[in-house]
Order: sequence, then structure tokens, then C-alpha cells
Amino acid sequence: MCGSDAENVHRAVERVARESYGRLVAYLSAQTHDLAGAEDALSEALLKALTAWPRDGMPQNPEAWLLTTARRSLIDFFRHQKVMSHSEPEILRMTPASTEAKLETNYPDERLKLLFVCAHPAIDPAMHTPLMLQTVLGLDAVRIAAAFLVSPKTMGQRLVRAKTKIRDAGIRFEVPEHRQLPQRLNAVLEAIYAAFGIGWDDMAGADQRGRGLAEEAIWLARVLLQLMPNEPEVQGLLALMLHCEARRPARRDQAGRRYVPLSEQDAKLWSLSLIEEAESHLAEAAKQTQPGRFQLEAAIQSVHAERARTGRIEWAAIARFYEQLNRMSPTIGGQIGYAAALAEANGAEAGLKVLDTIDPSSISTYQPYWAVRAHLLQSLAKHPEAGQAYDRAIGMAEDPAVKEFLLQKK
Amino acid sequence: MQFAMLIYESSENFAVRKGDGDDPYTGAWRIYHKALAESGAYVAGDPLEVPETATTIRIRDGKRSVQDGPIADTKEQLGGFTILEVPSLDAALEWAARCPAAAYGAVEVRPLAPRMKQKILD
Repeated sequence: MCGSDAENVHRAVERVARESYGRLVAYLSAQTHDLAGAEDALSEALLKALTAWPRDGMPQNPEAWLLTTARRSLIDFFRHQKVMSHSEPEILRMTPASTEAKLETNYPDERLKLLFVCAHPAIDPAMHTPLMLQTVLGLDAVRIAAAFLVSPKTMGQRLVRAKTKIRDAGIRFEVPEHRQLPQRLNAVLEAIYAAFGIGWDDMAGADQRGRGLAEEAIWLARVLLQLMPNEPEVQGLLALMLHCEARRPARRDQAGRRYVPLSEQDAKLWSLSLIEEAESHLAEAAKQTQPGRFQLEAAIQSVHAERARTGRIEWAAIARFYEQLNRMSPTIGGQIGYAAALAEANGAEAGLKVLDTIDPSSISTYQPYWAVRAHLLQSLAKHPEAGQAYDRAIGMAEDPAVKEFLLQKK
Repeated sequence: MQFAMLIYESSENFAVRKGDGDDPYTGAWRIYHKALAESGAYVAGDPLEVPETATTIRIRDGKRSVQDGPIADTKEQLGGFTILEVPSLDAALEWAARCPAAAYGAVEVRPLAPRMKQKILD
């Protein structure tokens, strides 16, 4: 076998792994509840593929091949344990060749259940996102650890602990009942958005780890939308992330060093196709007339995107959306967004008034508050106070490009 | 699947129990227990006497060490337990949320470990 064949097979395995990983893990674990076991069985199957496929040729249905192989190693594992005689999961009992063939060309997609398991309220919220990234997308602990700024060993241990809890605590692989759905779905959306947020913030660094994570988050939202096509908040989240993603090329100056705030970005650098896609999801969501946090945040981004067409920002509309957002799900970030928009629409005094209503204890270490406050004070020519606010904003900024931007403003 | 609900209460909660049972605390437990039993989820359970009645024992270096009181002197103490038979953790958490102690103390939910039990019985 020549080298390029090996490479082709390697790429084919990678592609199948990428496309099918979450579906296979979800299906293999839905009945055993054993995520670690399912992942191990799948890794083993992927390893076997690397030797078997070049030797025997690519199977007609690579995904089915992986499922069969992974399932066999799971069966071996359970037989080895000798404890499952009466409670052996159904997935493992269906072994006759005929059922197998039928099942493995058309096996159920259990990823939605898996997403709900990863964001289950009994699991530490800090682990929701890492669990999704690993079990649904197949990211390894090293990469997840880098994004979450912890050591790979620590992240590995936390993931193992979370999976053990899922296996042993009696968490069912199921879509929550109607009554609980909004809250449980919100946890799934939050976890996906958290992955995007990490990707977003980290785009400062020279490494590309952040960028990758933002793309993974969009991928997760697409999977979720495919599984829940009628949930307006899923559409809203995807629209929100696509709007942000559309502006990635415009967020830094040409040297890539200085942060460019949204309202000063060159709209010609925005991706029109991503904006268009975001808009279509938002319009689809609006048909359901069930506004929610993510739809409102997407709507705010949509107003900003309008500038590409109209050349101006409708700050009053943005302020109204923030008002609605803050009524529905009040956060410090939302209040600051409202203050900034109101300042643009009605003058800096109006914005400052809103900032002054925020509880001082909640903003003492919240960088965006000080950045907006500094900006508003400066535009009112309140110099000593503006300088002090800038100092606090600069001191708390993590991103060197943001620091640079604030220093120049000051 | 069977779960234990472990009920944790503060000394103020324990103090309420001294009455004749005609109080909101006992009333809430009465209604809760009735609903639980009627649903078929109730397997077993009992309230425990106050933590001051506890005696903790350890054998160290072959010698018996007896401590007056519970294992740890925490603000909330184990006040009782209930064993549930329900399909999932979510169902157990539903019952735990309805439990009177969830509102004034805390309720810990844990699955029983039937496999460990089997090993002991083997």
C-alpha cells in the first residue's frame, strides 16, 4: 500500500469520526448510560478501522462498520463483567445478523437526549459545555482543557467524574417532559453559547484555539436545530452566533493588533452570507411569536447588521430590544448594553443614569461596565472621572487588543 | 430504580418537633407522606431522633472510642430518610423538591447501590 492510500484512509476515518462521532456515542450510551464505555468502544473501533480499511478496502457504509465493531467490543465488555444477565441493555441483546444489518443502516439519533444529559441540572454547570464538546463532538480533554484554562489532567478528571455520575446517578437518556422543557433546553443553549463565548474571547491570542471552539459551538447549535426544528430559541441562538461570526474579520485592525468596536467596524468586511443565514433563522423563529433571550440578543445583532445596508445604526431600536431582554432575563451585561444604546440614542447623560442604577458590588470587577462608563464620561468631558474609569477598564481587560484600544481612547 | 432521600434539618427545625403534631411542620410532612405513599413511589423511611441523641463509635488501635453526638457538628444534620422507587433521577428529584425539608433544610438524593448489595449477599 502506498503512502497516499494510507493518508486517504486516515482522512476517511477522520471524516467519518467527525460526522458520526456524536451520533454513535449517543446511540451506544443511550441504554447503557455509560458514556466512557461508549467512547472507549468507539475509539477502539476507529483504531481498528485504521488497519482494516486499508487492508480490506473501505466498507460500503463506514458508519455502520464502526457501530458494529464498537458494539461488539461493548458486548465483550459486558460479558466480561458477567453481571448483566438480567439487566443487559437491549442494544447489546439485538445481535442476530438480520437485526444488526437493519439497525445499523438506520439507527435512531439519540444526540438530543445526550445533549440534555450533558446539561442535566444534577451535573455541575461548569461541566455542561466540556461534556458536550467531548461526547457530542469528540474533542479530546487536552483541547477542552486549553479552552477552559485548566490542566489537561484536571479537565480529564472532571470529565471522568461527570460521566461516572451520569452512569450511576440514575440520569435517564430522555428528552425532558413538556413542563420542564423550557428550563432544561435553556441549560443546553447556555452550554453551547458558553463554548462560543470562550471561542470569542480567546480570539485575541496568537493561537487559534478560540476560533475552533466558536465553530464547534455553531456546529452544536446546527445539530440541535436539526433535532428540534420548531424551537424558536434554538433558531435564536444560532442566529446570534452567526451574526457574531459574520463580523470576525472586522474585529481587529489590519495589523490584527487593535480591537475595533462593533459600531466602528468596516461593514464591508462582514460576511454577508452568514448575516443572511442568521436573518433567515431569526425570521423563522419570529413566526412562532415566542420571544426569548437568545432571539432578543440575535435581534440586537440584527439591528447592528442593518448598517451594512443602511449605513446607520438604529440605536433606539437596540435600546428597546435591550429593555425587553432585561425584563425577560436580567443580567449585568444586558443592563450595560441598554445603557450604551440609550446613550447613543438619547445622549450620554441618559446612559450614565442607567449605569448609576446598577448595584456597585456587582460591577466592581466587571470590565465592560468600566469601559462603557469611561466612554460616556469622556463624551461629557468629565475628565478626571473618565480617566479613572478608563484605568479600571484597562486594568481589568484580558485581551491585549482591547487594552491597546482603551489606552488610545484615554 | 431505588433512591434514598436524606433529609437535613437545622436545630430550629428539630425543635419544632416537640409539639403535639398540630403544627405546620408536621402537617406539611403528613400531606407529603400521603401523596408519596399513594403514588406508589414510597418504599420505606423514618424520621430520626434529634442529633443530640446520636452516639458515634470508632475502633482505633483496638480500642473503642465513643463520641457523644453525630459524626460532624454541622449546621444541618441528618433528620430522616426515605427510600423511593421511581424510574429516574429526575423523578426522584421531583419528589425531593416537593419534600417539606427542601424548603426549610436540604434534601440529598442518592441512588441505592444494588450491585454492591449483591456482592455483600453473594
